[in-house]
Amino acid sequence: MSNRAPNWSRVRLHVVSGKGGTGKTTVAAALALALARGGKKVLLLEVENRQGIAQLFDTAPLPYKETRIAVAEDSGVVYALPIDAEAALLEYLEMFYGLKRGGYALRKLGAIDFATTIAPGLRDVLLTGKASEAVKRGEKTGRLAYDAVVMDAPPTGRITRFLNVNTEIAGLAKVGPIRSQADSVMGVIRSARTAVHLVTLLEEMPVQETLDGIAELRAAALPLGTVVINQSRQSELRPEDLQLAATGSLPESRIADGLQRAGIDPTSAVIAALEDEAADHAARVALQDAERERLLDAGLPTLELPYLPGGIDLAALYGLAEDLHSQGLPA
Amino acid sequence: MTTLDVDALLDDPAVGVIVCCGSGGVGKTTTAAALALRAAQRGRTVCVLTIDPARRLAQSMGLTELDNTPRPVPDIEGGSLSAMMLDMKRTFDEIVEAHAEPERAAAILENPFYQALSSSFAGTQEYMAMEKLGQLRQLGQWDLIVVDTPPSRSALDFLDAPKRLGSFLDGRLIRVLAAPARGAGRVSARVLGAGIGLFTGAMSKILGGQVLRDVQLFVTSFDALFGGFRERAEQTYAQLQAPDTRFLVVAAPEPDALREASYFVQRLETERMPLAGLVLNRVQDVRLPELSAATARAGSERLGDDDVLVAELLRLHADRMDSAARQERLTRSFTGAHPRVPVASVIALADDVHDLDGLQTIGDLLAR
Repeated sequence: MSNRAPNWSRVRLHVVSGKGGTGKTTVAAALALALARGGKKVLLLEVENRQGIAQLFDTAPLPYKETRIAVAEDSGVVYALPIDAEAALLEYLEMFYGLKRGGYALRKLGAIDFATTIAPGLRDVLLTGKASEAVKRGEKTGRLAYDAVVMDAPPTGRITRFLNVNTEIAGLAKVGPIRSQADSVMGVIRSARTAVHLVTLLEEMPVQETLDGIAELRAAALPLGTVVINQSRQSELRPEDLQLAATGSLPESRIADGLQRAGIDPTSAVIAALEDEAADHAARVALQDAERERLLDAGLPTLELPYLPGGIDLAALYGLAEDLHSQGLPA
Repeated sequence: MTTLDVDALLDDPAVGVIVCCGSGGVGKTTTAAALALRAAQRGRTVCVLTIDPARRLAQSMGLTELDNTPRPVPDIEGGSLSAMMLDMKRTFDEIVEAHAEPERAAAILENPFYQALSSSFAGTQEYMAMEKLGQLRQLGQWDLIVVDTPPSRSALDFLDAPKRLGSFLDGRLIRVLAAPARGAGRVSARVLGAGIGLFTGAMSKILGGQVLRDVQLFVTSFDALFGGFRERAEQTYAQLQAPDTRFLVVAAPEPDALREASYFVQRLETERMPLAGLVLNRVQDVRLPELSAATARAGSERLGDDDVLVAELLRLHADRMDSAARQERLTRSFTGAHPRVPVASVIALADDVHDLDGLQTIGDLLAR
């Protein structure tokens, strides 16, 4: 069902977006783990100040510093960095204007918060700037700091504006260091080094938002990667049984017979409940299939991750990484 | 666990506003619409303010375009229902237009800083939802207004936004920056310390002087219009503490959503805002609790390939039981921490809701 995976080998910046509640942070983390297999070094970035990565990996809140959070096969390693726009701006002011000591006073005054909110574009340049810097680090010497960078990015509704920093900043700063920073970021984002992945569930609203997001990203000529279908429920029933369940024509006498052999008393209540559950399941599967079709029409390769009834813990995260790996990520 | 009496809430004439909040993706919009429909069918004159409904759900309520005005939903028996979708930029523009003479309003609307603020400042949507609620209340055409809140990451954003926006626009810093660059600004800058001077200098260099000039113009015209914006924001916020307002926290039985719900409940207590209860959406339905997951799974394994169909059916049942058990565990950790919060559970439906019949079904489940 999934289209062919793209040529991953050139992609070094994976931007993971998706509607809220679709599991974008989980997918970003699983992708980072999958990419780290085979002794690779991967940086996982967070941009929304909510310490979702720390929660996922069950560690204390992460500092604004590249911190090792997980290992993968053959001494692969994942580092994490929650990017803080304020800290990034201070870094920036320090670099260009030597504002080291003044920086603290400015922060106390709320000046930094002011500067990053006054111009949403500025915030985005700082965040994407940090990502593109990590991608490029070591390119000149041929010793890359990271084999790949995965960004847990803003949701689908904002992703195009977020990545299109050049346009956002154009009305704001026509010259100067922020402008050149934006240009350099765009150089990375528009290249084959970048892929934007959209995470979705097989439900109406997230699918619609994903399709809208794809159209917007295409219109802005931003490089699309894959659609990641998250929490997909595999059918427990064979296609022919699904058909019977959907039409309410499961053979009751056969069910009674089977239950007997399974050591369960085949009362009519038990049979009716199992039939109901099967019909409910069939309706869900049909809905999922219809939504999957709509997604496939968008023509992007898809990756599919299963629904995990037990929720997400560290072991589940590695399991998802394994799933992504088996669907065509490079070893 | 106490059960939330939804119909009593909807019928209570002392309740004029119900605010549905919760983190993104938990079904807030559907809950708000279902509650509004049910209240209308029970005889009340209702308006539902939705933020970002799914296209088909919006269409089912007759909302074919985003025009920022309540439209009557046809064919409601009992009372009446109007529905609207919030257009945050338009709401902001309307406030400006209502308070300024045309020329000054035009100047504000054209200001690039105003445009950035009204379309992308984090919190503007939340703030405008509250502004709109205030407007609807003032119109006095409805005896119940049900409000959906923006799909923010955190439910608390809804409560924090007005203060954030208010203190941003009324902040000391913006005043200094907005003061004429060569006059009072210099003086204030000296008073506040050299940091500001350095800062404005750096900002001008980085962003260009135009940005600061835009801010300055905006604040000057806006100030003449509203006096303190912070004051306005506080008033807007205060209406949420009005005696006829009730909050419903919406969640799904998932760790993140319940954690957010928990924060929100605590916050409402601190702010003395009345919480009506928790709506728990997408709860796994259990049809046959007496057949345990373990028994079903053992039966399924015993059959193996001998009877694939029945083995499948039993496995399906076992999975549902497991999922229900997990949800119950998560829910118990919430109700344990907040034993007095009444809960209404809504079982997960196989289909998405996108018509009035679907909303009615949800309403029935809510009141069950």
